Amino acid sequence: MDTLMLSRLQFAAAVFFHFIFVPLTLGLSIIVALMETRYVRTGDEIYKKMTKYWGKLFLINFALGIVTGITLEFQFGTNWSRYSAYVGDIFGPLLAIEASVAFFLESTMLGVWVFGWDKLSKKMHCAAIWMVAIASNLSALWIIIANGFMQNPLGYVMRNGRAELDDFLALITNPYAWGEYAHVLTAAYLLSGFFVMGVCAWHLLRKKEVDFYTRSFKYGVSFALIFSVLAALAGHAQGNLVAKLQPAKLAALEAQWNTEKRAPLHLLLVPGDAEKGNLVEALPIPGGLSFIAYNDINAEVKGLKDFKPEDRPPVAITFWSFRIMVGLGTLFIALAVFAWIKRNDLVNQPRLLRALLWVIPLPYIAIDCGWAVAEVGRQPWIVHGLMRTKDAVSPVEPSQVAVSLAAFIVVYAMLGAIDIYLLAKYAKKGPVH
Amino acid sequence: MDLGTIWFLLWGVLWAVYFVLDGFDLGVGMLAPVLAGSDTEKRILLNSVGPFWDGNEVWLITAGGVTFAAFPGTYAVMFSALYTPLMLLLFALIFRGIAFEFRSKMETPAMRSLWDKIHFLGSFLPTLLLGVAFANIFQGVPIDKNGIFQGNLFTLLNPYGLAGGVLFVLAFLMHGALFLACKTENPIRDRAIRVAEKLWAALLAVAVLFLVFSAVATKLFLNYIENPLLFAVLALPVGGLLMQRVYIGQRRMLAAWTASAVTIAGVALFGVLGIYPALLPSSLDPAFSMTIANSASSPLTLKIMLTVALTFVPIVILYQAWVYKTFSHKVTEKDVDYHEAY
Repeated sequence: MDTLMLSRLQFAAAVFFHFIFVPLTLGLSIIVALMETRYVRTGDEIYKKMTKYWGKLFLINFALGIVTGITLEFQFGTNWSRYSAYVGDIFGPLLAIEASVAFFLESTMLGVWVFGWDKLSKKMHCAAIWMVAIASNLSALWIIIANGFMQNPLGYVMRNGRAELDDFLALITNPYAWGEYAHVLTAAYLLSGFFVMGVCAWHLLRKKEVDFYTRSFKYGVSFALIFSVLAALAGHAQGNLVAKLQPAKLAALEAQWNTEKRAPLHLLLVPGDAEKGNLVEALPIPGGLSFIAYNDINAEVKGLKDFKPEDRPPVAITFWSFRIMVGLGTLFIALAVFAWIKRNDLVNQPRLLRALLWVIPLPYIAIDCGWAVAEVGRQPWIVHGLMRTKDAVSPVEPSQVAVSLAAFIVVYAMLGAIDIYLLAKYAKKGPVH
Repeated sequence: MDLGTIWFLLWGVLWAVYFVLDGFDLGVGMLAPVLAGSDTEKRILLNSVGPFWDGNEVWLITAGGVTFAAFPGTYAVMFSALYTPLMLLLFALIFRGIAFEFRSKMETPAMRSLWDKIHFLGSFLPTLLLGVAFANIFQGVPIDKNGIFQGNLFTLLNPYGLAGGVLFVLAFLMHGALFLACKTENPIRDRAIRVAEKLWAALLAVAVLFLVFSAVATKLFLNYIENPLLFAVLALPVGGLLMQRVYIGQRRMLAAWTASAVTIAGVALFGVLGIYPALLPSSLDPAFSMTIANSASSPLTLKIMLTVALTFVPIVILYQAWVYKTFSHKVTEKDVDYHEAY
């Protein structure tokens, strides 16, 4: 394999792995902050226990999120140096702003929170976890604005043989980025809600610490319910933007080969290729695709054949990832509604509880599929319409990348195993009395 | 002063701040096997840097981010040229971070001792690699006119690069020992002071060697000869080094630590000012060097970044200073009983 392919695999491994930890960090930090706020307000010790218990699970996860994030920033330089030189004028500042505005605050305040239980007043201590939560979510915003530039480049001019910043306001108000942020954030919160529900379910099934876990469950189910609905709405809005700004991605995720007006939505579809068309195409809803993409059943949907072959994204990965994401998203709404209805009578719902336990990994899968849609669907461009991925890679030896890729896989597999082991261990342990 | 030069200086200062801050917790990590006997003592050591190390490490992210933002050309060439050492550095930092977090969460003695070894390596390797990398940057690396690195890991392990590595290891060990002398009580404090006393002569010898070697192996002094005023900067590492010994003798450990911080920052600034206006000199031909002129961002980006930096960096310094003040107490066995501790 060449440096390009190896670097792509390495970046994909790093991103997907990093994004296993980030969503839980984003949501659980807020849940823990809400619990501690409740403790400060009421003085009820059970909320302190909840804060500490969920806080510990948060910390285990946070540590891995941080260390896997650091490698990402540096990979732009090590593996994508031509990209860094070409759009660094725009992309670099966003990463630097993220570090100075958000990352500093979250890392510093986390230390304060962990070690400050006896050193700070209750209110100051609670303020520390809020800062961690706010800063983490702010961190994600800057990173997604940077990603938004790769998806929908704005605010630049071509000068001196590279993209130079021209309009900072346009760059940071990129509608694609904000839509993406809304979708990612709601998905992260729904994941955190399901995580909390799943852990509670394990204990409630065993009827252990029923009061503690029933109260915790309510935080989880509220998050899951509100944000599974909002994630779907944000996703739909983002789909409309993709249709407008990245028509090739839209065509790939619907396996739409021919340009047509009043394009149907096929309920049964197996994508094929440009020559033979799709392998299976059945149960059409006339105008369905036009409607979901443009909110207009007569709108024209551009097909992949009207893009040059070298401009078409990979269809299969994009198509299937999209379907897994949407299918799971629908399941999450149904489950969250059902769990909400039963929230006061959980110990008598063993089936629901068992299901919730097994559902824990699904939001992770949905979120990584979402990233596959966004990133694989953007190919062959690293910056949509501006720079191709193959022109972005560093002039380094394939052997160097092969070795580091192998190291990434081994180390990340190990970290993943440790993470699951520790989360399970401390989740099962129950609150400290 | 033009924007490019301002950013060049800020870039140098950021790396210096990073070395000063992460320097002591990397030093503590390297000293742990020597200074701590029992598990409790080990935990006292780790807890002494517990509230700080994470925030310290972000200075590295920021230094990297600023290189990317202000000098994308240099960022691209520097990080791809130093591919293998940088990957090693990243993996080592990953292991250090999780060793901190997970040591206390796996209670068997075998696992703890494994995490301790990982923590040592995760502290030693980054220190050594940073030293080797920066000495090579001071000396210049073989990049051709397309910014492509003509060498491999062993090219970087040249005598001057290794001298830089040894210098960093000794300086961070000293920095960590002095930090522990401030933050712990006897018997650890006593041991830390003794280690600092022994280290000092070695550090002095290697520092002198490095300075002389710099005159022979690098062009760092050209800028100094051209602007003799710059020699004043050399007073920082030299003065800092001498004052360390004085303060250690007087048992004024915080002052000694400060002198050590001045030494480390001074060494970094000495090199950075020597390579100006290049950020990454080429050893093949000065014309191939990555400089302010051929690698800086557009004036607009530099201006926006300057606004951000002047607004937020003082805020960061304020709240980090508050954290150091809040946790300025000595770490004792009492703190280790506390269940959130490492």
